[in-house]
Amino acid sequence: MDPKLDELAGQCGEWLRGTGPESDIVISSRIRLARNLAGFPFIKKCSPEDRQAIERTVRGKMEKLAQWKDVRYLMVDDLSEVDRQFLVERQLISRELADSEGARAVAIDPGEQFSVMINEEDHLRMQVMHSGLSLQEAWQTVNALDDLIEGEITYAFHSKFGYLTACPTNAGTGLRVSVMLHLPALVITRQIDKVFRSLQKISVTVRGLYGEGSQYMGDFYQVSNQITLGRSEEELVQQVSEVIPVLIDYERRARRFLVEESEQDLHDDVSRARGILTTAKKISSEETMHYLSKVRMGINLGLIDDLPITTINKLFIHTQPAHLQKLRGRTLGSADRNVERASYLQRHLSDSGSNGAAELN
Amino acid sequence: MKCQHCEKPATFHITELTEPGGPQVMHLCEEHARHYLSKEQSTPTSLVADHLEKQLKLGQTAEELAELDQQECPVCGITFYEFRNAGRLGCPYDYTVFQKDLEPLLINIHASREHKGKRPTRLAPSADRQAELIQLRREMEEAIEKENYERASEIRDRIRTLESGQSDTSSDL
Ligand SMILES: [Zn+2]
Ligand SMILES: [Zn+2]
Repeated sequence: MDPKLDELAGQCGEWLRGTGPESDIVISSRIRLARNLAGFPFIKKCSPEDRQAIERTVRGKMEKLAQWKDVRYLMVDDLSEVDRQFLVERQLISRELADSEGARAVAIDPGEQFSVMINEEDHLRMQVMHSGLSLQEAWQTVNALDDLIEGEITYAFHSKFGYLTACPTNAGTGLRVSVMLHLPALVITRQIDKVFRSLQKISVTVRGLYGEGSQYMGDFYQVSNQITLGRSEEELVQQVSEVIPVLIDYERRARRFLVEESEQDLHDDVSRARGILTTAKKISSEETMHYLSKVRMGINLGLIDDLPITTINKLFIHTQPAHLQKLRGRTLGSADRNVERASYLQRHLSDSGSNGAAELN
Repeated sequence: MKCQHCEKPATFHITELTEPGGPQVMHLCEEHARHYLSKEQSTPTSLVADHLEKQLKLGQTAEELAELDQQECPVCGITFYEFRNAGRLGCPYDYTVFQKDLEPLLINIHASREHKGKRPTRLAPSADRQAELIQLRREMEEAIEKENYERASEIRDRIRTLESGQSDTSSDL
C-alpha cells in the first residue's frame, strides 16, 4: 500500500465533510471538465507510446506550475489494487481509470478539492468537489484550474463543436455538473417519482449511487446535466442549480410528513438501524450503507441527538472495503472485512457524542 | 398500477428524459427500478448507439448505411461502424471527417450543434495540422519499430517544429 495515500485514509475527504449549504440533504457538488490535447488521437486509438507522450507532456507542464507544488502525482500502474480501489471510493479517480491499462495517472490536491485524471476516457479529466451545495464556487475553481493548464497545453478545440471529446455526449463545454443528494424520506414515502417528474423541464440525468459490487443504494441520488453543447458553462451550472432547491424542498416536506404522520414508526426504524450497526458482529458494505442512511436521516430529524452527523459521514467512507483495509493496515478478504467493519462501527458508534467524533479525527 | 416487468405494484415511475421521442415514463416495482437504474450506469455508450441507430434507420437505406459504416478516418483509421459500436471517436479529426453524420447526432443529444461558452486563449492548430501531427507520430513509431532511428529522429524534429510553431499556423478551422 502506498504510504503517500495512508494519510488520506484517516481524513474524511472533501465530499463527505458534511459541511456547506444544505448539507443535511446535499452531500456534495462536483464539476468536471473533459479536455484532450491537440495533435494526439483520442485514448481509444492511442498507441502505448502516445499514452506515454501525453502523460509525460501533462506531467512536465504541471510540474512547472508553482500551484502544483503540493499536488500528489500518482501513476496508476504503481498502485496496489487496494490503493486504486481506495481512490475510487474517495471519488478521486474513476473505476475506468483504475481498471484500464497503459500510462495513466492522477494528480490530487492534498485537500482533495480537485483531482486531474490523465488518460481516462479523455486525455484530461479535471474535477472539483465541494461538500454541500456549492456549485458556483466549484465552477470558479475548476475554471481557474482549466485556465492554468490551458496556459501550458494546447487543447483539441473546434470553433463550431467546442472542446473535442472522445464521446460526442461530452462535446462542446466538456462540462459535467453533479450534485449528490440524500433523499431517504422521498424513498420511504414512495414519492421519488416526483423527483423525476420535477426534472422533466430540463435535461438532467438522475442516477442511484452504487456500492461494492455495483449494488444500487436507494437513498442517494446523483443529478447531473445531460447536455454539454450549445449552452455556456454558466448556463449549465445555473440549470442544475435551479432544480436542486426543488428537490430539497420535496425531501424536507416528505421528512416533515413522516415526522407528523408516523413519528413512532420512523423513530423505531431509525433506532433499529442504529441498533444493528452497533451490535452486529459481521456486516456487509451494502447493509452498512442502508442503515447509516437511516441513522443520518434520524440525526437530521432530531430523533438521534447524541451522535454528530460528521461521525456518520466519516463512517460512510471508512467502512468501504479499501478504506477498511487501509485503516487496518493490511489486506482482508471479504469475510474478514465484514467482521472488521462491524467492529469498526461498534467502536465509533457506541461511545456516543463528541467522543466518537474526536476519535475519528 | 402494476410493474411493467412483473406482477408487483409499480412504486417507481421513472421518467426517462434522454429519449429523442420525448419523455418516456416507466412504471416499475422497486426491484425492477433498481435493476433499471443500475443498467443506466453505462449510459454514454448506449446513448450514442441508441441515437445513432434511430437516426440511421430514419435517414438511410441499407446500402447507404453499409457504405457509411465503411467510411474511415484517414488519420486514426477508425471506421464509422467502429464508432457506432463503441460510442467513442478515435481522434479530433473525426469531427471533421464524419461531420455530416455527427451533426444530427449532436442535435439529438444536445439539441444543438454549436458550441457556446468558453474558448481556449491558446489557439488549437488547424484540423489539418493536428491530423499531420497524429500521422507523424504514427510514422515515427513505425520507424522505431523498423529500427530506422535516423528517420525517426527526422520525424521527431518535424513534430517539434510543428508543435512549437503552432502560433503562426493557427487557424480556427
Ligand atoms: Zn417488477
Ligand atoms: Zn480519426
